[in-house]
Amino acid sequence: MAAPPPADERPLVMLAQALFPEFAAALAGRYRFALLADADAAAADEARALLVGGLPRVTAQHLGVLPALKLVACTSVGVDHVDLDACRSRGLSVTNAGAAFAADSADYAVGLLVAVLRRVAAADVYVRSGRWAADGDYPLTTKVSGKRVGIVGLGNIGSRVARRLAAFGCAVSYHSRSPKPSAPYPFVPALRDLAAGSDVLVLSCALTDETKHMVNRDVMEALGKGGVLVNVGRGGLVDEPELLRCLRQGVIGGAGLDVYENEPAVPPELLAMENVVLSDHRAVLTPESIGGVLEVVIANLDAFFSGRPLVSPMEL
Amino acid sequence: HFRFFFVTCGTDRRGSFQLSAMASAGGNPLVLPAVLHLRRSDADFTAALSERFRVLDFFSSGEPLPAFLAAAAAAPEPPRAAVVVGGGSVRVDASFLDAVPSLRCVLTTGAGIDHIDLAECARRGVAVANSGEVFSTDVADYAVGLLLDVLRRVSAAERYVRRGSWPVQGDYPLGSKLGGKRVGIIGLGNIGSRIARRLEAFGCIIHYNSRKPKDSISYKYFGNVHDLAAESDVLIVACALNKATRHIVDKDVLEALGKGGVVINIGRGANIDEAELVVALREGKIAGAGLDVFEHEPKVPAELFSMENVVLSRHVAVFTEESRSDLRAHTVGNLEAFFSGQPLLTPVDADSLVQ
Repeated sequence: MAAPPPADERPLVMLAQALFPEFAAALAGRYRFALLADADAAAADEARALLVGGLPRVTAQHLGVLPALKLVACTSVGVDHVDLDACRSRGLSVTNAGAAFAADSADYAVGLLVAVLRRVAAADVYVRSGRWAADGDYPLTTKVSGKRVGIVGLGNIGSRVARRLAAFGCAVSYHSRSPKPSAPYPFVPALRDLAAGSDVLVLSCALTDETKHMVNRDVMEALGKGGVLVNVGRGGLVDEPELLRCLRQGVIGGAGLDVYENEPAVPPELLAMENVVLSDHRAVLTPESIGGVLEVVIANLDAFFSGRPLVSPMEL
Repeated sequence: HFRFFFVTCGTDRRGSFQLSAMASAGGNPLVLPAVLHLRRSDADFTAALSERFRVLDFFSSGEPLPAFLAAAAAAPEPPRAAVVVGGGSVRVDASFLDAVPSLRCVLTTGAGIDHIDLAECARRGVAVANSGEVFSTDVADYAVGLLLDVLRRVSAAERYVRRGSWPVQGDYPLGSKLGGKRVGIIGLGNIGSRIARRLEAFGCIIHYNSRKPKDSISYKYFGNVHDLAAESDVLIVACALNKATRHIVDKDVLEALGKGGVVINIGRGANIDEAELVVALREGKIAGAGLDVFEHEPKVPAELFSMENVVLSRHVAVFTEESRSDLRAHTVGNLEAFFSGQPLLTPVDADSLVQ
């Protein structure tokens, strides 16, 4: 990458919300920043790039005050918090974190899967309470290796989940908008059929109008009594009230959830369930991957300001 | 299932008929072979054995072990086979074998054989078999699950969310990436090799120590555990417990592993100097640990309960429905092989003895 330009020639980048300190420190030498909520008219007129750190909502109205805008650069993988229709109609480019988070998300998806099937977290709670059951009293768990896993969304994250689970001897199939010719796993055109043929369903696709609530009662009934749902995508992919009912009624066997419909609100009913493993939207988060995202963001912004092709543009 | 046939004594005055149970070869055909069963078991296991063998069950006898063994040995058809398990009170040593001299075969329903005096068995011509690979996959899966949990703080984040802290305190502290970590596996046998294969898919770099390097393996070999630890970010104990491997992870090894290092133990508690491990964790000399086994089970050092960077379980790495069912079939298979004069399916031979 080119050395940062002298201070007074730094390009202006509008911020949708304040950056994490690590981000701000790393980027300060390269760009000037203004915060959208506080920006004066001059900055708003000048800004050609909008950097969206975190997951704040970015609406058509926000975009509307930036007449020179050409690029929306996001630090996340999923961009459902951005009004993509508005971006499309204005001819804006949108970039995301690309593959920066992919390995960590995939690792965590597998971690949740093993934790649910083998009750790792539950065993830990048990020991910490000072108890130790005799052989024969311990509830048997279920083998991870060899399970049939259905992956919804075989992108950067889903394909890495597949590779990891294949090493466990799991039989992997997938569902996505269209088949991926290079993928060595069977493609299943209908989500319900994928669920019916799987012991575990892993959600690693984007949240769009088409995918909202795609995991509904019908899909969960197809997944079935021993079935486990792992969600490292977006809470909105699942009909959450229906999920609670299905867990409560034993329609499915368990769930590993990193995301929820109204984060950070976790439905209280989940907190009392033994057959779920819950996390605080951390699948993407390791210090190493934050460094990776910074690289992608800098690469995209640098490319944009010097007229070169973007590194991780999204198809709108 | 019983293999039996009815013999009709057509000319018998009473018109009765004889029932003859065909037992497996090698014993009195009217009596199923006797098998000592010295472990706590589930109903399915006992039933599977009882269909084929005359099970002399220790724990339901209510007797102390010496009396139980003496009674079995004194019976008209004393048992030639015994089914045991490690981690309990039954040790297969000279006095055990003296108590039941009819024994010619000992099966243990685990991989570990540290509760069996192999030299004594060999001296007396008593064949020994373990569970072979029945549990290997489940233990490997669990080891990977423990490592993921420790590095990415799955259980800790779970507790955090369940306490209701997420909305109030924001995100729980981050974990650490798996990819690129150097994982040192102690013992590259059935379990260790499966762990290696799984972790390679996560982008880990595999190093190992075992008694001898394995020719066909491309992972980097280390002749001793200190050197392995010095060049690893993670140590996974997947070896047997014997004289050479007791406390194989000691204070020196933990120091070599260093401040960012993580220890995973799915072997035996005594493979690690547990007191030193607790000190190393308390003082931040290593970064965390995932432990399924402990030196003095069921006792777990209470100091571990308040640590956020450890993940604990009570020797459950083997406990899945699938392996429980596989174990039944495997044990029956070994017993049937023995009683029909065939080689055991998964013999533990003298090579397993400590050098």
